[in-house]
Formats: sequence, C-alpha cells, structure tokens
Amino acid sequence: MYSYVYNQPLDDPSIIACPHCDLLQRLPELAPGAAARCARCNEELWCRREDSLNRTLALSTAAALLYLVANSVPMLGLTIVGREASTTVIGGAAHLWAEGRETVAALVLVTAVVAPALQIAFMLAITLGARRERSPRWTGVLLRYYRTIRTWSMIEVMMLGVLVAIIKIADYATVIPGVALFMLGTLVFLLAAIQVSFDPREVWNRIEWAEAGAQPHAVDDTSAAEASS
Amino acid sequence: MSPTGWSAMRAGLQSCGSCGLVSRPAADEDFGRCPRCDEALAFRKPASLQRTWAYVIAAAICYIPANVLPVLTTATATGTESDTILQGVVLLWSPTGWPLSLIVLIASIMIPSAKILALGYLLISVQRGSIKNNEQRLRLYRTVEFIGRWSMVDVFVDTFTAALIQLQPLMSVEPGPGLFFFAAVVVLTMLAAESFDPRLIWDATNSSEVANG
Repeated sequence: MYSYVYNQPLDDPSIIACPHCDLLQRLPELAPGAAARCARCNEELWCRREDSLNRTLALSTAAALLYLVANSVPMLGLTIVGREASTTVIGGAAHLWAEGRETVAALVLVTAVVAPALQIAFMLAITLGARRERSPRWTGVLLRYYRTIRTWSMIEVMMLGVLVAIIKIADYATVIPGVALFMLGTLVFLLAAIQVSFDPREVWNRIEWAEAGAQPHAVDDTSAAEASS
Repeated sequence: MSPTGWSAMRAGLQSCGSCGLVSRPAADEDFGRCPRCDEALAFRKPASLQRTWAYVIAAAICYIPANVLPVLTTATATGTESDTILQGVVLLWSPTGWPLSLIVLIASIMIPSAKILALGYLLISVQRGSIKNNEQRLRLYRTVEFIGRWSMVDVFVDTFTAALIQLQPLMSVEPGPGLFFFAAVVVLTMLAAESFDPRLIWDATNSSEVANG
C-alpha cells in the first residue's frame, strides 16, 4: 500500500502539525528550556533542551555501565530456615521459560532486559552520531525506531513489581536485596533524566535527509544552535 | 492562504509521525515517504479504527480467562493452592500491606478494564462523528496511552515471586495459566492505544468547520 515516492517538503520548516489534533501552526523560536504547546489541544509540541546532546550522551554512558552491572549480579535473594536462593532479572525470565510459560518469559525478557538495552545503546549511538559535523543517515534510522523501543522498555514498571514481590515474600522468608536492585533503582532515574535531556528536534535538524536533493542547503538551525551555545 | 485553523489533512499536507516534518504528497499519491527520515506517511494511520477495534475485542476476550484462571500456584507441604489476580490482592491485604495490595488492584484489575472501556468509548464516539468534548476525549486517550504500561506490574510480581520461592519440598510457587492471558491483555491494550489515531477525534470538528464556511 505504501509507495516509495518522497513527499515534497514545505519551504518554511517552522510549519508543523500537532501530532494529536493535526492543527497546522508555526513553531516559534524557543530559548533553551522553553516549551511550545499546541494552540488547540495543548499538546507539548517542542521543548528545547539545554546542551541536549552532551548531557544525553553523559547520562546514556552512565546508564550503559549501570545496566551491564545490574544484569550480571543477583538482584534479589532470600533465606528461609537455613536455605538460600537468589535471582537476577534474566533468571526470573529463565525460570518462567523452564516452567513452560515461554510467551510470558519472552515478554519479561523483552520488556525488562532487551528493550532497555536497545534503548540505552540507541541513545548512545544517536547522540554520538548527531554530534558529528554532518550527522550520518543511520542516526535518523535509529531515532525512528527509538520511540517504539521506549514504549516497550519497562524498567520502572519492573522495579515496582519487584518491590511488591519483596513485600509478598517477606511474609515467608528474609529478603536479601542484591546490589543489582539498587543499580536498577538508579537506572530508573537515569532513564527518566535521558528522557528530559534529549531533544529529538535538534537531532532531526542536523540529520542528512533520506532524499538528499530535498534537503534545504542552508542548515540555519545548526548554525543557530552553535551560535547560541 | 493562511494556514491558521487548518488541519494538515485539509491543507493536503502530511506530518511525519517520526520526525514531525510536514510535507506535501505527490499528486494522486495518498501514501508517500518522509523526505527527511524515510518514514511511511499517510494522512491518518491506515485502518486505524479497524485495527484498534480488533485489538480491543481481543483484549476483552482475554480479560475473562486472565481473571478466572490462576496466575500463581503455591505448593507447600500441606497441599497446593491456586490464586487468581483478585485472590492475590486479597492475600496481600493486611494492616501494613494494604498500599501494595491497592497498587496491584489498580494496576491489574482497574486499569486494564478501564482501558478497554475507554478505547471502546473513543472508537464509538469517533465512528458516530462526535464533535463534543474533543479536549476531554483527547485527555482520555493520553491517559490510556500513558498508564497502559503499568499494568505489567503483576506480570513482574509473579515472575520474581515464582523465581525466588523454589524451596522444594518446603514451599514452591509456579506461574499459572492465567498469567499468559493477563500478559496478553496488557500487550493487546498497548497495541490498541498505539494503533488509534487521536487526530480522528478532531476530524469531525475539522470537516464541520469546512461545512460552516
């Protein structure tokens, strides 16, 4: 059904349509930290972030390190009448798989392990790619898929689930919180910080277009951003 | 021509769902590609209502076994006991544990059913061409979209409870068949929210403005 014909861009790049109500409007120039909202439905159209690429890169690097450690050490343990047991995040999914709940195990693995890993890796690659003089095409490809991956990355939901599980188990046994539990807790805040430091519009403005011929030659936004920083 | 008060569709323009660039499709071509990011474009998400209905109906069907079948089976020296989601909430309810019990009740029982009802209402109101309460309906959609992921809490609770409590023959907890259906409800309602196009809420208003001049 989809064709491979490229659309014609408008002459004025500040004209945008609200993603939630489709109203055409002109996006004003914003100072860092300021946000623009839809005139009709109040959806936030753009929030310009200060020093977005550098901050996001720093936060993503920290998140990547935390993620690696958090998935290699035990998250939760318990002792009961002299017996001990412990599990990692992956261990939880592996147990479900072994019990014959393969679909749910795969869902847990995707939402708690795979999607967060991709989310952090994509963000690292996007910020590194966008910092270059001329952003390569793959930066845009990754950013296109980033939204979907973020939807299915559920570290914060998993943390709430783990906390409820701890209280449940505490009735029967002594719970030993593992190192990974604290790292995942920190990771929740790091991922939220990435979310509020990242400005996708800045990356889109720097990117090499899919249809190179249609790209406006004067890249005013990059020069404007460089002048203001 | 002033674009104020015009929807992009009425102006014959498509905005990219990925990078936000507004562009004009080639003549007699309803589906183009974004010249900036290569995303497939359309005026509205294709077959949005049909796909959303399909996901909502599938979620509503799975909602029944998700609540009737046990999600956890606990085996102790004295016997085996199976708990549904609601029984899990009741078990968790205690003078100290009630806030958590409330979290599970809200995340696992109230949110999934509210999502199914809310999406059904949005679909019907769009199909009837409603021009009333657009802002409230959009706010409802945003809430559904934002809150959906939190229903996964119970899946994680049961996963880690079952992974840890493996103390045979003393006590062991295994995931039950209800967990699959519950996870299916969460995933299907998330897919339903994703396939619904909120711009449809405004389209009846947009076209009635055209009719009135």
